[in-house]
Amino acid sequence: MIVGVGGQGTLLASRILGSVLLSQGFDVKLSEVHGMSQRGGSVVTYVKYSSGKVYSPLIDRGEADVILSFELLEAARWIPYLKPGGRVICSTQQIDPMPVITGAASYPENLTEKMRKKGVDLLALDALSLALKAGSAKAVNVVLMGVLSSLLPIPEECWKKAVSELVPEKLRELNLLAFDYGVKASGAVSA
Amino acid sequence: MKELMLGNKAVARGLYEAGCSFVSSYPGTPSTEITEEAARYEEIYCEWAPNEKVAAEAALGASIGGARSFCAMKHVGLNVAADPLFTAAYTGVNGGMIIAVADDPGMHSSQNEQDSRHYARAAKLVMLEPSDSQECLRFTKEAFALSERFDLPVLLRLSTRVSHSQSVTEIAGRAEIPLKEYQKNPQKYVMMPANAKGRHVFVEKRQAALKEYAETCSFNRIERGSSRIGIITSGISYQYAKEAFPEASFLKLGLCYPLPERLLINFAQSVEEVYVIEELDPFIEEHCRALGIPVKGKQQLTLLYEYSQNYLREQLRGEKPEFTCLDEDIPNRPPVMCPGCPHRGLFYSLKKLGLTVFGDIGCYTLGAAPPLQSVDTTICMGASISGLHGFNRVRPQSAKKSVAVIGDSTFMHSGITGLINITYNKGCSTVIILDNSITGMTGHQQNPTTGLTLKNEPTLAVSIEKICEGAGVKRIHVIDPNDIEGLQKLLKEETATEEPSVIITRRPCVLLKKVKKNPPFSVEPAKCVSCRACLGIGCPAISLREGKAHIDATLCVGCDLCRRLCRPGAILEGNR
Repeated sequence: MIVGVGGQGTLLASRILGSVLLSQGFDVKLSEVHGMSQRGGSVVTYVKYSSGKVYSPLIDRGEADVILSFELLEAARWIPYLKPGGRVICSTQQIDPMPVITGAASYPENLTEKMRKKGVDLLALDALSLALKAGSAKAVNVVLMGVLSSLLPIPEECWKKAVSELVPEKLRELNLLAFDYGVKASGAVSA
Repeated sequence: MKELMLGNKAVARGLYEAGCSFVSSYPGTPSTEITEEAARYEEIYCEWAPNEKVAAEAALGASIGGARSFCAMKHVGLNVAADPLFTAAYTGVNGGMIIAVADDPGMHSSQNEQDSRHYARAAKLVMLEPSDSQECLRFTKEAFALSERFDLPVLLRLSTRVSHSQSVTEIAGRAEIPLKEYQKNPQKYVMMPANAKGRHVFVEKRQAALKEYAETCSFNRIERGSSRIGIITSGISYQYAKEAFPEASFLKLGLCYPLPERLLINFAQSVEEVYVIEELDPFIEEHCRALGIPVKGKQQLTLLYEYSQNYLREQLRGEKPEFTCLDEDIPNRPPVMCPGCPHRGLFYSLKKLGLTVFGDIGCYTLGAAPPLQSVDTTICMGASISGLHGFNRVRPQSAKKSVAVIGDSTFMHSGITGLINITYNKGCSTVIILDNSITGMTGHQQNPTTGLTLKNEPTLAVSIEKICEGAGVKRIHVIDPNDIEGLQKLLKEETATEEPSVIITRRPCVLLKKVKKNPPFSVEPAKCVSCRACLGIGCPAISLREGKAHIDATLCVGCDLCRRLCRPGAILEGNR
């Protein structure tokens, strides 16, 4: 599952992942959210693949092997969808939702600790800084693809090919750099 | 060639492969991308119509002219197009014609959750329902032949999870279909009573033939599994049911109206227990009951929202999923107006003046959400203007404290007639047209006011001012909604007057590429007095950090609205 806040670029991430999985011969389904919820709301994209046939395009509670989150609160929101023993990759960026901005609610504290305490296998990193280092805050999605690539037994060239094909040509180098930062970060965090 | 393809894109591919040459639609989530994707093919003429009724009529005209034609809309759009739909069922077609309708179970981006299958029965048409992108392509392609064979427009029903899921799809080349000859045929195309009587006889005969066709057509199929449980299902529900009941026998209905009665009865007799699994209304289930088939369905399954594999396992098998929960209140993250959104200044002003606001359909519906909370009603496209007129007629004392708000595209869709109703019937309502130069909510489609066609060709831009003038409105003002002082003064004046008036708030959508973004603003913490005035506009870029206002530099586009409200002058422009 790829989760985040509308406008963060989750759709591109799922398309890169979908393209990589398809190139490996898997049956793949993606389910996206368009329309009103995209406007700064909580967004989720489901990515399912199998060497057999994928039926439902949805991932349900207790089913996700990996949750890739662009934002800390969103990772926490979708924890019930994680399969027992599943993994969470989370960018530690925090974006206040409107109820927090208006003062109706507060942004929960120490979410990474709270998730780990519940036994969640959490890989947390500051993907925004890495994206900025690569040249654009918008490259967070590709940084996270770099992190994810280190968890899946798929050659790096396949990922890079998909990134090159799916980002605009003038942003290709920037995004490939962002991908490399993601790959390196996964090693640093795991170690 | 195999591709991972969005359901909507696969419908567009089906149009291309089937030799379709005319598409007219009005955007509406989740149907919009079909028409956008079709527009990428040079071979297909594609246009945005001002509304779904116009689109359906244009597509019918193209069909009468001999072309394979198509129109797409969301479920509520079919309500708008219902008038031509019911009579197109009588006239039938010349070139094949498809009307795609995308339902939105769960209301991801809609104002109701209607089940469009009822239209197929009510209009005596045929309806196909694909379950994935490959079927979107195949059903679309085959629907043209079906339309031509039975002489009727074919309804293609999609839903959010079919339209907006990507799955592996095999594509092929285009069949060039020559334009059919047009022959004048008043008995078929002039639906005045004498002719329509004859066509109704034809419609009933056609229904009988379609029922027979449904029994053996390739859209319906049986997947034989265990004989203990049999599942009758269609559309996206099929996918959920396959995961929840991998061992069961399935009758998958790709043609969901008219239903194949003998096939249903025979299938039911071949298994011990029959479930009907369908989202929303018990459309198939009631038909089965009428046939005397003892099915299980809505007694255990809800009429509301979307289903899922877990939901079916829980309700029908008593299996509960295992999952982890954080013991934590996770605040909701509802959709919000974007940073720099031109609607923000308007809704802030409406709230400040305490006006009653009749709202409409578009991004500006978000003016109903906290903290702006200034919208009183949202019903359907155009209902802001017409609704306000009725409201003010029975509550004359409210006329000076109320306005209608409607976007540029929605005004073109169905706001104009409401405005005429006000001027013609001596109303005095104040109408605000939010002209952001684009159809925003559905993801930036051109419309008659933008000066560009669907294929991005320059065209005339219909003038909102001149339309209002032509409708008889004398007081027409144009203002930048970010000029909140000027706007509030104008609102006071225009609501006070005794005649109809229109205020056009003009500022392009901040997400448009041509709109220049300014460098992000920042807060000087020493000057911030924590008065929260800037938080009152509901900008997602502004939050409170350690008691002081803070502007997120990755979100801020420098629209300047917050700075105008900051009395101590703590908000600073970014470096230009």
